[in-house]
Amino acid sequence: MTAYLLKRFLIGALTLVFASLVVFSVLEILPGDPARLMLGMNASEETVQVLREQMGLNQPLLLRYFDWAGGLLTLDFGKSYTYSVPVIDLIAERVVVSLPLAIMALFLSTVIAIPVGVFAAQRRGRTADTLSMGAAQIGVAIPNFWFALILIYIFAVWLRLVPAGGFPGWNAGVWPAFKALILPAVALALPQAAILARVTRSALLEVLGEDYIRTARAKGMPRSHVLWRHALRNAMIPVLTILGLQFAFLLAGTIIIENVFYLPGLGRLIFQAITQRDLIVVESVVMLLVATVIVVNLLVDLSYAIVDPRLRSRQ
Amino acid sequence: MSLLEIENLSLRIGETPILKDVDLTIGAGEVMGLVGESGSGKSMTALTVMQLLPNAASAEGRVSFDGIDILAATEDRMCQLRGDDIGMVFQEPMTALNPVKTIGEQVAEGIRWHTRVSRAEAEARARQILDRVGLPEQKFPLSRYPHQLSGGQRQRVIIAIACALKPKLLIADEPTTALDVVLQAQILELLRDLVDENRMGLLLISHDLAVVTQMADRITILRHGEVTEAGETALTLSKQAHPYTRQLALASTHVPERRVLSSLEGEKKPLLDVQNISRAYAGQRLSIFRNAEPFRAVDDVSFSISPGQSTALVGRSGCGKSTLARMILALDRPTGGAIRFMGETLTGKDEAALKPARRNMQVVFQDPYGSFNPRHKVERLISEPLHLLEKQPSAAERGEMVAAALREVGLRPEDMDKYSHEFSGGQRQRLSIARAIITRPKLVVADEPVSALDVSIRAQILDLFADLNQRLGVAYLFITHDLTVARAITDHVMIMHEGKIVERGPTGEVLDHPQSEAAKALVAAAPDLHRAIARRMQEQG
Amino acid sequence: MTLPAAEFERETFGSFVAKAFANRSFIIGFMITALIAGMALLSFFWTPYDVTNLVVADRMQPPSRTHLFGTDQFGRDVLSMIMVGSRNSIAVAFVAVGIGMGLGVPLGCWAAARGGFVDEAVMRFNDLVFAFPALLSAVMITAIFGPGAINAIIAIGIFNIPVFARVSRAGALAIWPREFILAARAAGKGKALITVEHILPNIANLLLVQGTIQFALGILAEAGLSYLGLGAQPPMPSWGRMLFDAQTLMMVAPYLALFPGFAIVITVLGLNLLGDGVSDVLDPKLRRQR
Repeated sequence: MTAYLLKRFLIGALTLVFASLVVFSVLEILPGDPARLMLGMNASEETVQVLREQMGLNQPLLLRYFDWAGGLLTLDFGKSYTYSVPVIDLIAERVVVSLPLAIMALFLSTVIAIPVGVFAAQRRGRTADTLSMGAAQIGVAIPNFWFALILIYIFAVWLRLVPAGGFPGWNAGVWPAFKALILPAVALALPQAAILARVTRSALLEVLGEDYIRTARAKGMPRSHVLWRHALRNAMIPVLTILGLQFAFLLAGTIIIENVFYLPGLGRLIFQAITQRDLIVVESVVMLLVATVIVVNLLVDLSYAIVDPRLRSRQ
Repeated sequence: MSLLEIENLSLRIGETPILKDVDLTIGAGEVMGLVGESGSGKSMTALTVMQLLPNAASAEGRVSFDGIDILAATEDRMCQLRGDDIGMVFQEPMTALNPVKTIGEQVAEGIRWHTRVSRAEAEARARQILDRVGLPEQKFPLSRYPHQLSGGQRQRVIIAIACALKPKLLIADEPTTALDVVLQAQILELLRDLVDENRMGLLLISHDLAVVTQMADRITILRHGEVTEAGETALTLSKQAHPYTRQLALASTHVPERRVLSSLEGEKKPLLDVQNISRAYAGQRLSIFRNAEPFRAVDDVSFSISPGQSTALVGRSGCGKSTLARMILALDRPTGGAIRFMGETLTGKDEAALKPARRNMQVVFQDPYGSFNPRHKVERLISEPLHLLEKQPSAAERGEMVAAALREVGLRPEDMDKYSHEFSGGQRQRLSIARAIITRPKLVVADEPVSALDVSIRAQILDLFADLNQRLGVAYLFITHDLTVARAITDHVMIMHEGKIVERGPTGEVLDHPQSEAAKALVAAAPDLHRAIARRMQEQG
Repeated sequence: MTLPAAEFERETFGSFVAKAFANRSFIIGFMITALIAGMALLSFFWTPYDVTNLVVADRMQPPSRTHLFGTDQFGRDVLSMIMVGSRNSIAVAFVAVGIGMGLGVPLGCWAAARGGFVDEAVMRFNDLVFAFPALLSAVMITAIFGPGAINAIIAIGIFNIPVFARVSRAGALAIWPREFILAARAAGKGKALITVEHILPNIANLLLVQGTIQFALGILAEAGLSYLGLGAQPPMPSWGRMLFDAQTLMMVAPYLALFPGFAIVITVLGLNLLGDGVSDVLDPKLRRQR
């Protein structure tokens, strides 16, 4: 068990190191002179020189990487060029929008998808199965940002139940802030839920064909008992894998959805940073998101060990 | 009234008829053997009694268990019967247990469900039955997971699940087929004892006539979904009134006609010479820094095979015989020792240098379904070893060689345009042999080549092996756990046990008078139809 | 004496086609895909109106007989734009799948054939690339090189590499221990030759199914990127960009948001149905009643 955990942990740490190398080379080495890129061709040589100095671009490459990576570890991401404030402050301000949004979406998608998947698997081949999987098939095909537009049209423009966009901030009270996140969360969650429901159903059906299901039935266990007590836990392994992958998509999805709803989250921040060529902000936020994906995948690996005893005793 | 009465049972799955007018009865404490070849409907008969048939199945006739009309019973009623009054043991112990639940949970689950006792009480009873089936607490606590147990141990857990509530009827569907002979004997003995202790009725399903004869009071022989003959075991098998019974009995004990190739026997130089060969695998990791002792799958083995000689390598599953075969075929590298084939050392050579040796050494595998690339036609499948020839033959030559090889194994040259799935299991094994002999090798290594085949097909394939040995002078290394096969087709036998060869000699001598413990255990456990019938007759006087 | 079921039954092309056209998902998926592909091809020769021609007098016309899907804020015909936009979606997704397959499949097969260190290295490479969702790669590339359709192709293509590497590795690992591979090795064939002759034909099914899935995902991802302005740039029409433009006009012309969205949904749905159909026909395991 410890060996497995340790191995997964080391792999996660190693991936993080390599990911930081990728981000650093793409954003700091590839452009040649990041300072010139940020300021544009019209900037004077002196201003560029000042920024170079400020970003430490005159130092040798290796030193620059270690400076930057060391900064990441101590949460010192540098200072935004356009906002002139430490990037960490910008992130802290935005994360309180993006994180609740991602968690709400993940929660919604899980609580919708897994019961639907189980429901459909139980009624395989019947109308209820065909209908719910048909709906899922369409759900998978809907781009979340288009779905968001439709939601805005129905619930904000037409029914006027929720705001069409913007975020009042948590200071304005929990309910108004929460209300502003409902539509974005639904828009993010439903297409993911459709995928998850399909995976849950097919994983369950595959498990239901296993020999040990027959053994359990031969013991006198009724179908529903066998499904919940024997099949579901075995089917969780592929479901967890997809859940881990989905988190990465959800994070990416927040970038789009925050732009649809004008939410001041990390996605909006990164998007504004691109338009303003604020590379310092871009690399910090990208690194943060990549690190989150890696950590979530690590958590998925750990949850395998909880679900599957074979992993606990081997390796 | 018998415990189980099946009358005029007919079964179809979708449009396909599976069973037709099957009659069968089992009394309390009686063992009924249900025998038949694959596809005869044995398992479906069992699943009908359990009402665990596929959705598309529809059954007609009468199945009555303990006065209950099974075919009319509701699902709730069946749930009460299953696991409580009727227990079932399946063929595949490796997949029949839920991998994420402990054996304690899985045994206790049925007990709790049917008797509504507390968890502690159910676990105590699970403990008792596990002790009874030979899994004592010190070594097999309830907290064990299935993957921590071997195949034989898992089958014991499944028997414990089936017998936990002392059912009136136990159904065992090929319970020992996936196990080696020694384990088979142990499991059969356990079943026999459990049946005697609790006066259970046992429906024992098997393809193996000898196993059924050992165990069953009465037998029912099934063919293509119909009962061909039924009756008292010893009587039925000694009289063999129905031709199919006779055919089955003959095929089960079939020995191909062959004479020892004396001319070749005399040759001094061995064809294959294996010297002190070993194969060790890294031990399981105990902690991050410490590995267990390396596991020696093959441990310092030496032997030689003369040209034309047929040698059996016999042992229990996991004894290292397949690893040894792979090293001889240069598919796996030994960790020590040397293999010489036709005077050349094989060990340590690269693929190009092995070509001449590979030409003269081919292989036949067990699984007639897995031995062929499903996407290639027969011509390409059979001609694959021609890759080894110095000069690649032209398309026409290739076709002729394939046609010749097909003729040798009793197939038609026209078959070369088909895909392997168009052939039956026995025909596929012929294809496998055709592929092995197309380069005219001096040695064929056959790894359990007939153990996946029905008895009547098995007899034909053994004849083919014997015939090729005579005509082409090809030497065999037969790897098998089945002593009947070894006896039927080989001159010499080597008994392998835990990576070592513990006994060797002429086949008849070794198998009639085994000296080592391992050989004695194998011989004692091996089911033998004649012996079993004789014993039955004796018991009845 | 376990008789393993013959899971890998060979399909002749004829029997595959016959079975496929008896499968509902396949038929619907095939028809939709053919329709979209036909529409994209047609757009090279003919569209109802010229999409580069801005007719301000005709701006924001609701759907009518002259403009089936209406016109946008510059008076361009929406149907024509959707037709031309399909080229972009299909091209991006197609090339991205090509990149993913071209690099991912050899990588996965290599890992499965060699095992050990190579396998470990390929898997770790997969982990690394998986940590960069296509959108993040696109963000980084755009930050350096500015926006463009090529960015979308590269970003989506890179993300496809580990997907195909994983699928082909898993497929190949399931084939390697089979006895026909041992027989090929006994026939003196090396790992590369065995991979080409035996492994690839047997994982082609898996790759085909995964290919249609990635194609569909590629279309979705491209739409997302061009919605954000990270993909194809105006005046080149693209479905995602059309939705972005439609958003601000939603109060006055909701139909502008409707039709490009439908185009995306129908295309992706068609591809997914096609993929489902193909996998149903090639691998009937799940459909067998038990």
